[in-house]
Amino acid sequence: MKLKSLAFVATAVLALTINLAAARAEDLKMAVTTSFANSGLAEVLLPKIKEDTGLNVQLLVVGTGQALALGAAGDVDAVLVHARAAEEKWLAEGNGTHRREIMYNDFIIVGPSADPAGAAKAEKATGALTAIAKAKAPFVSRGDDSGTHKMEQRLWKAAGIDPQGDWYRAVGQGMGAALNTAAGMNAYILADRASWLNFGNKADLKLVFEGDPVLFNQYAYLPVNPEKYPSVNADGAQRLEEWLVSDTAKQLINDYKIAGQTLFVFNAKAE
Amino acid sequence: MNSISLGLAEAWRLLITFDADLFEITALSLRVTLSATLVATLIGLPLGAWLAINRFRMRRVVIALLNALMGLPPVVVGLLVYVVFSRSGPLGVLGLLYTPTVMVIAQAIIITPIVTSIAHQAIRDLWADYHDLLISLNATRWQRIQALIWDGRRALMTAALAGFGRAIGEVGAVMIVGGNIDHATRILTTAIALETGKGEFGMALALGFILIGLAIAVNLAVHILSRTETGSRW
Repeated sequence: MKLKSLAFVATAVLALTINLAAARAEDLKMAVTTSFANSGLAEVLLPKIKEDTGLNVQLLVVGTGQALALGAAGDVDAVLVHARAAEEKWLAEGNGTHRREIMYNDFIIVGPSADPAGAAKAEKATGALTAIAKAKAPFVSRGDDSGTHKMEQRLWKAAGIDPQGDWYRAVGQGMGAALNTAAGMNAYILADRASWLNFGNKADLKLVFEGDPVLFNQYAYLPVNPEKYPSVNADGAQRLEEWLVSDTAKQLINDYKIAGQTLFVFNAKAE
Repeated sequence: MNSISLGLAEAWRLLITFDADLFEITALSLRVTLSATLVATLIGLPLGAWLAINRFRMRRVVIALLNALMGLPPVVVGLLVYVVFSRSGPLGVLGLLYTPTVMVIAQAIIITPIVTSIAHQAIRDLWADYHDLLISLNATRWQRIQALIWDGRRALMTAALAGFGRAIGEVGAVMIVGGNIDHATRILTTAIALETGKGEFGMALALGFILIGLAIAVNLAVHILSRTETGSRW
């Protein structure tokens, strides 16, 4: 009896272990940034991509730094990121075939609704950051080498400030986790607009600064070099690129809104 | 507080509507972790028994090492498994990265030391009782291991369940090697991390409650099927 029940457990476990590999559509792995995934645009684009191209795009949601590393290791077929300098370095190292600009969104500065540093009164993004640094108001930095983090570092540099001290907190995490930290500490943070609008735990935070053109955030599509990794689905990556720059994509991207606000502006150029 | 009640309500809603995505990630969680537990048990029980009845020079070192490995940080295991199975790594040609198989491998590495250590501990105690009997019966080494494993099955089940418990709640390793790909490698723990990142605490907690429920259900099922706590001493 005991033997029987043990045998039953063993059989049940074995049955579960067997991989029920069903026939699948053609898979394409793309590493994307957390800010793109958090925007919710992927849920609009992916079903349509599947319908039009037959590609089942599997997203690996990571920071820009890790996305490029996964591409350099040949573990994904393409990357969609937003950090131009890092992208060009990555291309120069022979990791990808080319860089295609697809769309842009913008960064915003989010902070406590009382705005103790007076960042909202600034005219430029650098001015807002200077105000925060002067007031030593708590500021949460992504600190994870992501595109957002790189943008933040560029802004500090442009403002001529080396952010240091108790008020500057680098959390080393994704956009969502960093926003959670900022909400918990009632701190300022640089975020992309899409992540902010979709964020469910706003607490006492509000948007304090927006609109400076330096905050525009260009997304680019970079297929991984098939000469370096023959296992890469280069044909699929090519078809996905053609779709991403098509009129269908243009309309879906430009029409995507959260809370009545447009998030992305399509700006791919025909070749 | 509000998030907790929201989480409970959301968990209930997902359960009564038989949410398809929930079913998919729960089934994958269960499949990956049960497979990893099976692998870890197949390695850990005989290894634990072998360590208990054999005396060799490095025994103390091996046992100390196993005990230390019980605290392996999953994220380190994940990174190591990633590096090995990456396309640029030594086993990259297998193309296993971002599949449930590699998640099983990572979890099995994490829990094998636990299963082995607990099994070793249990069998060592049993071996003290059985030593003279098995020696006088002139049992072979393999027969001794078999007898000890069978008679210590209850403690060994605890070993397997401890391994299962650690693996089912593990997120660091499977996030790296599985990639949390929707409809491919997303499991309960990585989905919880994702929802937390989106600030959707209600949904994250709902999945957390379902994970806890799943762990309880598996443990209960194993105990009922193996009829523990019924006889005077089974």
